[in-house]
Amino acid sequence: MFENLSLLALQHYWWIIISILGALLVFLLFVQGGQTMIYQLGKTEDERKMLINSTGRKWDLTFTTLVTFGGAFFASFPLFYSTSFGGAYWVWMAILFAFILQAVSYEFRTKTGNFLGQKTYEGFLFINGLLGTVLLGAAVATFFTGSQFSVDKMNLLNLTGDKMPIISAWETPFHGLEAIWDSNQLAFITNLSLGLAVFFLARLTANLYFINNIDNETLHKRNKTCLLRNSIAFLLFFLLFLGRILTIDGFAVNPDTKEVFIESFKYFNNLIDMPFVLVMFLVGVVLVLYGIGVALFKNSKKGIWASGIGIVFTVMALFFLAGFNNTAYYPSVFDLQSSLTIENSSSSHFTLTAMSYVSLLVPFVLGYIAYAWWSMDKKKITIEEVEQDHHMY
Amino acid sequence: MEHIDFSLVDWSRAQFALTAMYHWLFVPLTLGLSFIVAIMESLYVKTGNEEWKRITKFWMTLFGINFAIGVATGIILEFEFGTNWSNYSWFVGDIFGAPLAIEGIMAFFLESTFIAVMFFGWNKVSKKFHLLSSWLVAIGSNLSALWILVANGWMQFPAGMQFNPDTARNEMIDFWSVLFSPVAINKFLHTVTSGYVLSAIFVIGVSAWYLLKKKEINLAKRSMVVAATFGLISSIYLISTGDGSAKAVAKYQPMKLAAMEGLYYGSDHAPLIAVGALKNCEDTLQVHRQSFIFEVPIYGALSYLAFGNFDEFVPGIHDLVHGNPEHGIISYQEKIEKGKIAIDALAEYKTLKKIGDTQNAAIALKTFEDNFQYFGYGYYFGRDPHELIPPVRMSFYAFHIMVGLGTYFVLFFILILFFTLKKQVVDKKWLLRLAVWTIPLAYVASEAGWIVAEVGRQPWVIQDLLPSIAAVSQIDSSSVMITFFLFLAIFTTLLIAEIRIMLSQIKKGPESSPSKQ
Repeated sequence: MFENLSLLALQHYWWIIISILGALLVFLLFVQGGQTMIYQLGKTEDERKMLINSTGRKWDLTFTTLVTFGGAFFASFPLFYSTSFGGAYWVWMAILFAFILQAVSYEFRTKTGNFLGQKTYEGFLFINGLLGTVLLGAAVATFFTGSQFSVDKMNLLNLTGDKMPIISAWETPFHGLEAIWDSNQLAFITNLSLGLAVFFLARLTANLYFINNIDNETLHKRNKTCLLRNSIAFLLFFLLFLGRILTIDGFAVNPDTKEVFIESFKYFNNLIDMPFVLVMFLVGVVLVLYGIGVALFKNSKKGIWASGIGIVFTVMALFFLAGFNNTAYYPSVFDLQSSLTIENSSSSHFTLTAMSYVSLLVPFVLGYIAYAWWSMDKKKITIEEVEQDHHMY
Repeated sequence: MEHIDFSLVDWSRAQFALTAMYHWLFVPLTLGLSFIVAIMESLYVKTGNEEWKRITKFWMTLFGINFAIGVATGIILEFEFGTNWSNYSWFVGDIFGAPLAIEGIMAFFLESTFIAVMFFGWNKVSKKFHLLSSWLVAIGSNLSALWILVANGWMQFPAGMQFNPDTARNEMIDFWSVLFSPVAINKFLHTVTSGYVLSAIFVIGVSAWYLLKKKEINLAKRSMVVAATFGLISSIYLISTGDGSAKAVAKYQPMKLAAMEGLYYGSDHAPLIAVGALKNCEDTLQVHRQSFIFEVPIYGALSYLAFGNFDEFVPGIHDLVHGNPEHGIISYQEKIEKGKIAIDALAEYKTLKKIGDTQNAAIALKTFEDNFQYFGYGYYFGRDPHELIPPVRMSFYAFHIMVGLGTYFVLFFILILFFTLKKQVVDKKWLLRLAVWTIPLAYVASEAGWIVAEVGRQPWVIQDLLPSIAAVSQIDSSSVMITFFLFLAIFTTLLIAEIRIMLSQIKKGPESSPSKQ
């Protein structure tokens, strides 16, 4: 089946898989968003217990999605893995540190003998929620604004030159941190605005999730208040990001010569050239707003579903804007021709074919996740339910 | 190779070793304890005996504490392939990335979904669904080990691939050869069974502590029977897979085998050193004939271990470095020269192809292909071939510690099972104390095994094709040094926290039994 597809078709297929995984990851970042509001929402120990146990039962899913997103990127577009991770070292390391801290914090937080104390682990959860979202958002924003790297596969054969035999080289000493602090370039505003938009999106999704998952009137009210503030902040940063990427010059690829060149309004043009992406984007945004609206004005507890689906659509549309329609998805502002496209950075036809068969498992995986969580979440979280549980966080 | 930043290479290696060693402190217990918990829960579901449920929940709590820190240390490893070994990520990403992605899709989601049911689903799902979840967690954990060890096995014996000169990377041409390579299969079976052995020892040791303290007698005795049976079967299988691993190493990584045995000069009837102390002869990078301060050799045993024949010639370090024409072994210097020819020919091919000289490009390509199997050696052109010898003493001692302790564990399980079934284990204080002290030994053996596997193959990231000096990312060595110490600090802190929490949970014991409530 897949072996009959062209390499280009497989590359497109895998960009779609990557986009789905990235979109699911952004949705699942509600765990991180929730972690930044434990004390803002929970005024008593019981309330905090409910909040932490609510996100605590999902943290591993977000974590796994991040790991799978990384693994899938490695398998399908190894040159991105090699260039971005090996180059933007400090950004990725900061993200990884934030996730290390999270992994143990739920389990260790209330256990006797936990060495660092409950507050420290709660601090770790906050750090994960803040850094994990902002830096992931900023890293994805560089798909539109570019980074400073060069790629030379021939350099692997360099045994005597003045440079290490390195294929991908980062051309600034800041190794990724310049994406969020280099005030000489306006790009850092775009990167930061997406980072902060993801942060507030994670928080507002967490509000919607708590409203749905926890059966407690006080928390419901506080979540609603918080939801309004987070939604306004999200919209501000998201619109700033959107305004920037739809007006900036983008990184286009000549489909015949494969030469990368600057095109004015490239991402706006992509939206127009790919109507299905435009529709997906608009439907996504409307669904996000609808979910927020019904939670705020109709007192609905099911806003998470509309907003969740909306987030997935919107993020997928952004990935499509970055990678499809002859666009360099990981542009280099240091050397345009080093920019990564889905064509020049992918795995071989054989590997993409083999991996495509594995990808057929994805609906099955999503199915059992949905079933398991439907079984688990039928009963909403209350303080009694949390305390009766053998494995309380 | 003056342009190689050896400090960067060393710090990158140190960081990867650090994270792998820490990760491997926690993973074996996850691999085995998940099955032990599932077996215990099966007994609960089958018998309906609430005591088994209580026992299951107790071990599940310890499993959860260990699992979290295993996950924390694991995420780093996946991403470090990119952050610290970017050349590697491109050079073999076409092959290596696939198992990692499959690991995520097939194993991690299974594990992470059903672990939540396992921990929080006691009162929310049916008994059978809960039991199924516990088994799926065990299967998911072990499946994740399968895929990462397939990837690791491939690095030690690259199979099912072909170098593409146009993309300057290796590409997969046979998925099944990668998955079912003899090295990968042996590595998987040997590694997971070592995890089962460690977990069984952990359960027995904790149970022995309860018996010494005269607490939780019923829980301890029942746990011991399950763990000792599981451990004995696993340890016997571990020896069998160890034998398979040794034969694979002998065939595909002869230098590693020579280092593991401190075998400087090869011979027929090659001796296995039962016990020995090596002289410090690595500093001078010389190959010594008299390498042992003392040794207890078993003549012919190494030949048998490696090739199933007591008379077979086993090459030593000297034979591999300097060559041994009698046995058809070419020297490292020759390999380095052939590797250099391969690298130069590939560069020439690319240049000729660019200018459209297809005829000469084809000749260059042929030269490259003829010498490709030595490609990685080319990076050592102009350097001392002795640099291609792995750290012998570390490999030797790690191997002997692993084998010695592995043998002891078989006897240990037999003793525990024997006295437990004879209902005398409670009275054997010496055995109970021994059981408690065997827990750290299990961890020592486990880490020693990892050292043998990884140190013994140095300097190769991909055997014969890519040495670590050509695999690193270009980052300041000071940056890697900073992250190394950050990892060291954070992992050590979390390890201390984990041990303290474990000890406190063990002291606290399980929930009160229903009869006491």
